[in-house]
This record gives sequence, structure tokens and C-alpha cells, in this order.
Amino acid sequence: MAREPRTFANRWKRFSDWDERPLRLDKFAIEDAENGFASFTSRHDPKPGLTLSSGGVDEMDGIGVSDFDMIDTFIVRYHIDPAIAPEAMDLPSHEIARMLVDMNVPRSELVRLARGMTPAKLAEVVTQLSSLEIAFAYSKMRARKTPGNQAHVTNAKDDPLQMAADAATAVAFGFDEVETTMRVARNAWSNALACAVGASVGRWGTLFQCSSEEAEELKIGMAGFTSYAETVSVYGTEKSFIDGDDTPWSKAFLAAAYASRGIKMRCTSGAGSELLMGFHEKKSLLYLEARCLCLQRAMGVQGTQNGGIDGAPITCTVPGGMRELMAENLIAVWLDLECASGNDARATESEIRVGAKIMPFLIAGSDLICSGFGSILKYDNSFNASLLNGEELEDYLVLQRDFEADGGLTPVEETHVLALRTRAVEAIGAVLEELGLGQPTEGMKSSVIAASGSDETRSYLPRDVVPISESIKERGITVVDVIKALARRGFTEEAENLLKLLRLRVSGDYLQTSAVVRDGRVLSAINDPNDYLGPGTGYRVSEARRGEIVAIRDVLTREEVLRAEAVHKAAESKRVSYRTMGPAAAGKDRCEVVIGVSPAFGVKLFQTIAGHPLSAILRELIGGITEGGAKARVVRMKHTADTSFLGLSAAHLSGSGVGIGIQAKGTAVIHQNDRLPHNNLELFSNSPITRLEHYRHMGANAAAYALGKMPEPVVVPTRGEAMGSRYHARVSLIYAIETELTSEGAMPEDVEVTFMGSAA
Amino acid sequence: MSEEGLSIADYPLAEKRPDIVRGKRGRGLDEITLEALLEERITLEDLRITEAALRQQAEIARAAGRGTLAANFERGAELVDVPQDTIMRVYELLRPGRAQSQEELIAAARELRDQYGAKSIAAFLEEAAEVYERRGLFKKRF
Repeated sequence: MAREPRTFANRWKRFSDWDERPLRLDKFAIEDAENGFASFTSRHDPKPGLTLSSGGVDEMDGIGVSDFDMIDTFIVRYHIDPAIAPEAMDLPSHEIARMLVDMNVPRSELVRLARGMTPAKLAEVVTQLSSLEIAFAYSKMRARKTPGNQAHVTNAKDDPLQMAADAATAVAFGFDEVETTMRVARNAWSNALACAVGASVGRWGTLFQCSSEEAEELKIGMAGFTSYAETVSVYGTEKSFIDGDDTPWSKAFLAAAYASRGIKMRCTSGAGSELLMGFHEKKSLLYLEARCLCLQRAMGVQGTQNGGIDGAPITCTVPGGMRELMAENLIAVWLDLECASGNDARATESEIRVGAKIMPFLIAGSDLICSGFGSILKYDNSFNASLLNGEELEDYLVLQRDFEADGGLTPVEETHVLALRTRAVEAIGAVLEELGLGQPTEGMKSSVIAASGSDETRSYLPRDVVPISESIKERGITVVDVIKALARRGFTEEAENLLKLLRLRVSGDYLQTSAVVRDGRVLSAINDPNDYLGPGTGYRVSEARRGEIVAIRDVLTREEVLRAEAVHKAAESKRVSYRTMGPAAAGKDRCEVVIGVSPAFGVKLFQTIAGHPLSAILRELIGGITEGGAKARVVRMKHTADTSFLGLSAAHLSGSGVGIGIQAKGTAVIHQNDRLPHNNLELFSNSPITRLEHYRHMGANAAAYALGKMPEPVVVPTRGEAMGSRYHARVSLIYAIETELTSEGAMPEDVEVTFMGSAA
Repeated sequence: MSEEGLSIADYPLAEKRPDIVRGKRGRGLDEITLEALLEERITLEDLRITEAALRQQAEIARAAGRGTLAANFERGAELVDVPQDTIMRVYELLRPGRAQSQEELIAAARELRDQYGAKSIAAFLEEAAEVYERRGLFKKRF
């Protein structure tokens, strides 16, 4: 006997398989509070506490007034409400945690108590909640009832044409806010102008911001191009704050400055920023973030972009990191802040972790579920890739449909998107020409309209955009000039839309907490407050909204299946004819194999799920039986469409006692007359991957069984395809056509099959 | 405006109380039309928020239980007429290490109070001056 080869192994190869998965590109960090890697608790976190005296606060979270840093000082002066603090701080944390998930305790009561709670207290309370409880509490505590979403619109070339087309596209998908930034800092003005024009196409009301240097951003806002700002960052330690080149007072001053210009504003903070900046003071991520959030309420900003943000990836390296991101979002809404809840920087290469990360927010809802859903392709995202991007936008639309959850987006038809992109590119082209900023050619424009991303465009490059941007800035071009240019060139609707957005500033209604514009109306926490008090209350997807959410593209209908079959019928009529010969009798020939076909086989259905014409399938089965030394007889069953019973009935009629059952969709079985229905000889259950040679082999094997031999069973190889998701909708519709033709007790009939011409 | 006692029922003002919404030069919302803009009867100046509007929004925010947001709107109201350059200069001065002493911030506070009547902003700057001194922020950083 030859020497058997042996496998040398120092490793279970599954680990090598795992090494190749995208997940392994993620790098995980050990929990290490001393070095800042702790999500919820560190031994250096202070115990909650507050000592009040007639002079005010003497001590907060274990720190005496004389040792207060700037953040402590600001929180004590502007966040802590001394009228509520004694009551709130005295309530045991586990009791408050229970109130957060008790649907009978109204949001308003919890918001009131939060005003008297210190950062350590808020952190201690939410630490007691599981991920599920955090998600539930978030859903109950978020400020505005109707959920929304925000898009990133950027491109790798800072191309204004693409910026406009992609802004219009994002608006069509339903984003309430659009945020842009640029590859080259000097291109900020061009990006802002182009996005503003694009966002005015199709409907009005999408708020728009251009993230750039603080002073520049305010100037762009003053020129009317943008309607909100969110990159006003705050930090949880004093040293990080100073390295961020600001203080609580400078940032609060900036917040007042934005209000004075009628521009909506939120701050940004998130776990991990202090860790990344090297000044974490060995505190947990959550505790530092609780400080940031108290500070933001203290500053009087209406909301926060929160949930890791740039620190989300590092937070997700730590045990409990994703739960921590949810917990800090909960503190934000508990403090009555609008929350643009992160789900922003791509925190993982694993699509499973991406899906898991977004799920709680999708079902809980959020003021802005993503504080930057990449509506463009990953490589075009100048903020870096988002958790979800243009590539995955349809996955998100389907998740909305799966869970009947309003993620703020709406499917859009292909032709509609193309029309909007065309309009947006024409509009920005007209504005550039009217204002003497550029003369985009038809070739540039058409390349942008069709392009999925900037790799496919032949348009402006970053260097071409610099003079456009600098010209806008130097000439003091404002949105009024843009509106006039649009109107002069016949883009009246877009001109009106831009003006309506600008008019929001006069009343300042959209400066209130959680304000967005829906259907031409400002909707905020004031006129659309979250009133959740259990099932039937709070946000519910209306019938109309549900209709929008479920309307994804390419859904299968019975009519479509029947139309396809009609086409196949015409083709099959040239290849095969079936002649009914009358009731089938039991065969006497010991070499016979009966092929029992289903009721609709070649009558109403003409092709298998794998796309093989039924004539070809029969040809292979018969050919295989003949080659195997047996004789084939075709019988149509009319009492059943079930594969097992088709096979068993065929076996009962067969002179050899061996029969084949086959459905029109291609599922086939070899059966024997003495077996139980579902205990067959061989089964091809995966018809979509069953090839013609498999059917031939099945025929030959059936012949072998008939002749008393034991052949090698045919194995149809599967690579683990999700057969059900790919085919079951079609299968069910097709199978219903089969079962409709069955009738109880109907007798099988012999069928004479005549093949015409050559094989299909 | 405070005697009006606006409540959350008055919100959104553009819808519920268009009668009290006025632009910088007294224009009402219905006067802000594309036609008016094209005929230059309306300019960017008419599309700016006013001190009155911010104080109205502050009242509404306070009625909704958001005192800190209301205070921010009130600080904003004081800055409406402060020129952009001054705002950017004061913001810059508030950043770490820009001012070299308390006096610089106090002087800026005096300017805002005296020239623009910005009392709460001035107090805010004076408070910053005191905290920055205590935390050693009056030193050059770069």
C-alpha cells in the first residue's frame, strides 16, 4: 500500500480563513484605563457628588471649587441648576436608570432632573443600562419626534459640477441636512456655492453646511451660502480643549455669534477625542464625554454632533465601545440637546459590524441618525469614509423596509435621479457662467451627470477650482447674486428654493432645538416634541410614509413572472411538443424509469429557476436514462406538484419501481416505490445551481437503480449561496402556478414528448 | 418684546405670528419675494436675523424649558449689530494664549458694552478673564 500523505498542521486552518476576512483589518485594543482605553469606567473616574452652600457649588464630582478647571467652572456656572440639584443628586442612580426605561415616566420629568445632575452622575446612571435599554431610552428621550438624517456631499476633485449633482441627489433621497468639506482648504467657497445650488434642485428645505476653518465657516454663512454649522468642537479635558485652540468661553462666544447671524448651530464632541489628543487624564471615555455634553447644554447650543465622531473608530477598539457610543448619545438627548448621532466615521471594515452599529439607531430613530451618511462613494468622501456610503445606500433603504423603520431616507427612481442630476449640473453651469466664474463644457457636464464617482468624470480638478473659489470670496459674491443668476437663466424654481431657505433666518424659527424643514415647514422639538409614553405614542411610521419606505426598486410581482414565462413559452414551442396520451397505467417493463413531471411543466411554466428550458432538462433526463440502459416514460402528474410525491407517484407507475419526479422550477428527485415520501434515493433541492449535466447524471443513476446497481449519488455542489434570499420570492410565485393546476384525485397521464430541432 | 410673553403656541413664528416677524429694515416675510429681490427692493440685509427675532426665540426657548438656549439667543441678540470683523477679533482674543493679560479681555468687554450695549456678552468676557487668569491661559502658545 502506498504511503498515505499526511497533513502537517501547527494551526487550525479556520484561523487562516478568519485572517483573510475584512474584520481582521480592524485592530482591537486591550482594556487599559491607565492609558485611556476604558469605555464606561476607570478607577480614576470621580464618584458623583455635589456640595452646595449659600455661595454656590463648593464641590462637584469630588473636586473642590478652587481646583475647578475651565470645564468644571463652566458646567457649575451654566449647567447645574441649584434648584433641582439636591433632589436629582439624591436619587439613587439605579432608580433614575429605571425611570429612563420606564415608559410611564415622561421625558420632560427626566429632562428636568438632568439639569441638576453632574457629569459623573449622568455617566453613572447610563452605565447601568444594557445596550437594548440604552436604545430604548434613546428612542424615548430624543427631542424631536420625527427622525431624520444627514448626508456628506463631497468629491475628490472639489468639482463644483459634481458637488451640485450629488447635493441634488442627496436631497432627493430625503436627507434633511447636507454637509460638505473640501480637499483643498481654499476651495471652501466654491464647494459651498455649488452645494447650495445643487440642494435647491427638486425641493426646498434641506439645510446645508460647509465644514471649514471656524472664521471662514462663519463668513461663508454670512454670505448666505450655508444654513447651519456643526464643527464647533468641545473636549472633556482642559488640556485637550486648549490644544484644540479654544476654551468653553471662546466656543460659547462663537455659538452666540452664529445665533446673531441667524445660522443654526450645534457643537461636536465624542468619545476618544481626548484619547487621540493625548490628554485623557486616565478617565473613562463615557465620563469625559458626559463633561462635554454638560458643557454644551451650559453653552446654550441647541444640539450636538455626538457619538464618537472622529473618535468612533478608536472607541470601537475598546470592549463595550459601541455600547459607549450609544450611551453618550443617550446623555446628549437626556440633556435635551438635538443629537446628530454619529454613525459617521467608518469605525470598522466589517460589514457585519457596520450593520450592527446602525441598527439600534435605525429602530430607535434620531434627530439625524448619521451625522454624515456618505451619500457619495467612499473615495469621494473628503471627511473620510462614513459608516454607510454611496455604495451601501440601498442596503440602508432595504433595512428601513425590513424593519418598517424610518431612517429618514426615501427610495428614488432611476429616471428621476438622472433628471435631477441633469438639472443641477445645468443650474450650476448657468450660475458659473452668469457670474463669470467658469464655462463648463457639454462634455464636462455630461460626464458628471452619469458619474457614480469622480473617477469617472472629465470635469474640474482641484487646481481649476481654486481661482473659482477665490474669486467668489474676493468679489464678495453672496447667495443673493446666485439667486439672481439662477433667475436670469430661467431656473426660477431653484431661485425660489434658495430664497426660501434664506428667509428662514428672518424669523429664526430653525434655531430652536432639533429644527429641520419638512414639506416647507420648520419642524423642531417645540412643535414636534417626542411624546413617547408607550406603544401607540411617539413616532409611528404613517401609512403614507410606509408606502415611501417600502417602494424600493426591482421588486418581483406575479405579473412579471407570468410575462417572463410567456416569452419562454414562445421559444419552447419551437423546441418541444407534449401530446397527452390518456391515463397512465402501471408499467410492466422491469427496465422502465418513469419521469413524473409537474402539472404546469411545459403547460404554463417553461424554464427552470437556473434558466434551463424544460425541453433541455427532459432531453438530459431521458438521455441519461437511455445511456444507463433503461427506458424512459414521461407521465404528467395532476394530483400533486410536490417533488417527493411527484417522484413517488412516478415510482409507483414505473415497471422498475424507480421514478424521477421533477417540478417546472427544476427541483428533481429519484424515488423508489417502497420508500416513504420524504425518504428518497437522490434529491436536487437547489435547482438554481443545478446544471444540465447534473440532470443527465440523475437520469443515468435512476437507470442504475432500476437495474439494481448502486451508483455514486450526484452531488450538486453549493458554495453557500443564500438560495432563499435569491430565489424564494420567484419560487413561491412559480410554485403557486403549479399548485393552482392540481386537483385532488386527478389521474396521471402519459405524455408523448417530441423534440424538434437541435438542443437548446 | 418680552411683554408679549410669547409661548410655544406662537411657534413657528413665521407661521403662527408672521405679524411680528420683521427683517432688518422692517420688511415682512410676505415682502421677501423673488420678484422683490430681482428688483433690488430686497437685499441680503433684509434677510438677516434681528435682535428682536432672537429675543422672541429666547422667550419661546425659555417657555419650552430651555433656559441655557434662551441665554445663548440673548447673547446672540447683543451681537446682531456687531460687525463681523469685531466678532472675529473678540473670538480670536478669547482663544487660548491670544490675550496676554486680563486687561485685554476686559477692554474688549468694555468696547462691546459701551458701543453695542452688549451687557451679557461683556459680563461673559469678564468672567472669562477671571477664569483664564486662574487657569494660567494668558501665556503665548505659539
